[in-house]
Amino acid sequence: MSKRKSMEKHVAVGECVSQVQRVLRERFCHQRLPDKPVGLESQYKHLLELLRRTAVHGESNSVLIVGPRGSGKTMLLRCALRELLELQEAKKNVLQVHLSGLLQTDDRIALREITRQLQLENVVGDKVFGSFAENLVFLLDALKKGDKSSSRPVLFILEEFDLFAHHKNQTLLYNLLDVSQSAQAPVAVVGLTCRLDVLELLEKRVKSRFSHRQIHLLSSLSFHQYRDAFRSELTLQDGFPDSKFSQEWNLGISKLCEDKSVDEILQKHYNSCKDFRSLHSLLLLAVSRVSVSNPILRAVDLLEASRMSSADSKGNILHGLSVLELCLIIAMKHLNDTYEGEPFNFQMVHNEFKKFLQRKSHSIHNFEKPVVFKAFEHLLQLELIRPVDGGMCKVQREYQLVRLMLDHTQVMEALQRYPQCPTDVKQWAVSAFG
Amino acid sequence: MSGAVLQCPGYPEDKLRTLTEDLTCREAQAGTLLSLMGEPDQYSYPSVFIYGHRATGKSHVLLTLLTQLQLPYAAVSCVECVSAGLMLEQVFSALFGPDAASLLPRSPSLSDFVRIYRQACVERPARQTRYIVVEKAELLRDMEANLLPALLRLQELVDDNVTVFLLSEIVWEKFRPNTGCFEPLLLHFPDYTKAELLHILSRDAHPSHTPELYTSYINILLGVFYSVCRDLRELRHLAALNFCKFCEPLEKGEARESDTHKLWKNIEPHLKKAMQSVYLREVSSVQWEQQQMDEKEATALRGLSAHAHVELPYYSKFLLIAAYLASYNPARTDRRFFLKHHGKIKKTNFLKKHEKTSNHLLGPKPFPLDRLLAIFYSVVDSRVAPTANIFSQISSLVTLQLLTQVGHDDQLDCPKYKCAVSLDFILAISRTLSFDIVRYLYDFL
Repeated sequence: MSKRKSMEKHVAVGECVSQVQRVLRERFCHQRLPDKPVGLESQYKHLLELLRRTAVHGESNSVLIVGPRGSGKTMLLRCALRELLELQEAKKNVLQVHLSGLLQTDDRIALREITRQLQLENVVGDKVFGSFAENLVFLLDALKKGDKSSSRPVLFILEEFDLFAHHKNQTLLYNLLDVSQSAQAPVAVVGLTCRLDVLELLEKRVKSRFSHRQIHLLSSLSFHQYRDAFRSELTLQDGFPDSKFSQEWNLGISKLCEDKSVDEILQKHYNSCKDFRSLHSLLLLAVSRVSVSNPILRAVDLLEASRMSSADSKGNILHGLSVLELCLIIAMKHLNDTYEGEPFNFQMVHNEFKKFLQRKSHSIHNFEKPVVFKAFEHLLQLELIRPVDGGMCKVQREYQLVRLMLDHTQVMEALQRYPQCPTDVKQWAVSAFG
Repeated sequence: MSGAVLQCPGYPEDKLRTLTEDLTCREAQAGTLLSLMGEPDQYSYPSVFIYGHRATGKSHVLLTLLTQLQLPYAAVSCVECVSAGLMLEQVFSALFGPDAASLLPRSPSLSDFVRIYRQACVERPARQTRYIVVEKAELLRDMEANLLPALLRLQELVDDNVTVFLLSEIVWEKFRPNTGCFEPLLLHFPDYTKAELLHILSRDAHPSHTPELYTSYINILLGVFYSVCRDLRELRHLAALNFCKFCEPLEKGEARESDTHKLWKNIEPHLKKAMQSVYLREVSSVQWEQQQMDEKEATALRGLSAHAHVELPYYSKFLLIAAYLASYNPARTDRRFFLKHHGKIKKTNFLKKHEKTSNHLLGPKPFPLDRLLAIFYSVVDSRVAPTANIFSQISSLVTLQLLTQVGHDDQLDCPKYKCAVSLDFILAISRTLSFDIVRYLYDFL
């Protein structure tokens, strides 16, 4: 009887853990929208008001949301749209067109996408797939015929706005902003970009039609707020099925926040990057270690996650090189030191390596030149060294000039970590003369 | 060697147990991957970047996990997919079946792909995470600029439970586009240690011999090759090639399995020869095996590089020699080498050389056509008329890639050339003409 009971409890724990994983994963991976954007109240109000004016009063507007990657531009916009669509008069009325600079790489594709999202295809039948000019004329006509009072407002949302500025003649931007300037159908053009100099990319005629309204999302998060965000991101909400487990979990989280080592890790992450996305990836790594045998998030998990996300990747690659390849890297380092960063070719590296072998005559690293060349080519393939002219020049391969893409400390550190490094190689690396 | 059995709720346990056996020495990485993927119906991180050296089991571990657990996935290699359209088509047909893929237009753009993907999702919503595995992801950088950033945030673009795995040998820092992108999770597959290599390699022991014998053979093999090569695939190939040579003394009855020293003495010089020939692909593995069968001396066979000898016409040979001299000698020494009555030269000054300026280290220098012809006339004994024939020989040397033309700005008016042959090659050619080229080379004075 008791055994069965414990079994049942075990299953319950497994269920809870998988529920926790589900909730938190949706939060971290899928970027679920929060109820209210945190720390962006004024920007949120500004944007919402702007969109409301278009949706309700039929004003035409244009606005740019500018902020670094991961600062919550899309989140802000989606929150605003969500609240906007809750309004009764906006819900039925507003049309949305979502475009992304990554997908719509030229104006033709973008235009087709706009027609599709406005569901105008059936109006024109096969005309949609006519020429670009026809399509544009048709669309503009449709927008022009409308006026402030009668036609439905359209929200154009352009993600990766800076990529649209690279289109030929910026035709699409010109036309959209032109419509938003003149008294035609009400449109709002909302651009999202991470480039602060995005206005410099616009042509003069396009720039003059833009309203110069910009919303900046420059994170001004203090470390305290960062820690609070950390806590709230991990805390379970009230809707969790097993209330006892969620209480325990939340208690564990608040205990975790008081931990000294956790504080250190967070401080380190805060110093390198303040955005939420890097916090999310750290938390996902930590949360993925939570399992049935380990149902509470521990400081060790966080430590492990932070170690994983901040590992030096080049050091990792250097760790897997063979001794011969490592010797070549040291020879290159010496060449860099003696000739002050001048590029070098394989002959020089081999010469340097031979000098080392001659000094240590008992050395076992006596390889034929083609074997050494194979090692050199492997380094080229790993892009630890890179041809100076991009490999365009037709010169024999052993005379191709290359540069070492590592710095002094990286080489020395890798040498320290290298398993079973021969002593003479180590001494050669530290010796001042090549 | 054996770690804990992989654990993750939501997957059948017996599958996980067999998986653990398949993935020797990669239990930790497989465990991390599995915990990142989570249960099949949970969301997973939009993109994961896996890097590590060649043959460290990146695609093996990932694809074994995905196939054994029967998750929906699409695996594409960037080597095959020369354009984005091809890749998208492959991904789509792997995820939704070939009849759904016929909805895609010919050579689809990313926009088409995302649109049709969303439509297909409506019909067949994801109950499990869909995975896209992109191998050799370093080639993505050379494809359209928007492909890599779009793949990294595909989950957001198509609004589906999809995860993209990128596999590469090169570190993530070299991938990041100028304007940034969605940062993937980075996962490193470390290299195998020597003990792990030994463990993995000795698993393909031949049934006719004891496993201990094979292990000791692998030990010897690693002793020779480990400092040069850590590529598991290469080592496995070499191990398979040379094993019958190792067993030879056993079959002849000269040694028993316990005579490890005798066996070592027999195989070690052979393996050293293998490093210079079959490891460099000088000799193909078929030739190498045949050689062992016939018990010929291992170097008797001439490798690929021994065939570098090229038969050239008389004047072409001299033209090539002249080009070599022009490339590797500084122009100021031409008077001394090629003029009969050159003025007085201070000998000490002339012979003073620095190692740094040696042209055999720095590579060939470009020279104008005039200088080539001047050296050519002084090198050739007989009188040669500058006919069209001579000039066409020069340009055909360029097409043979024995010379290269530098700077393509003017074709007719004094073009510049470089000599692109090695010292050994030119020595062989000058020997056929009984011309002592070393006497004329500044570096060897």
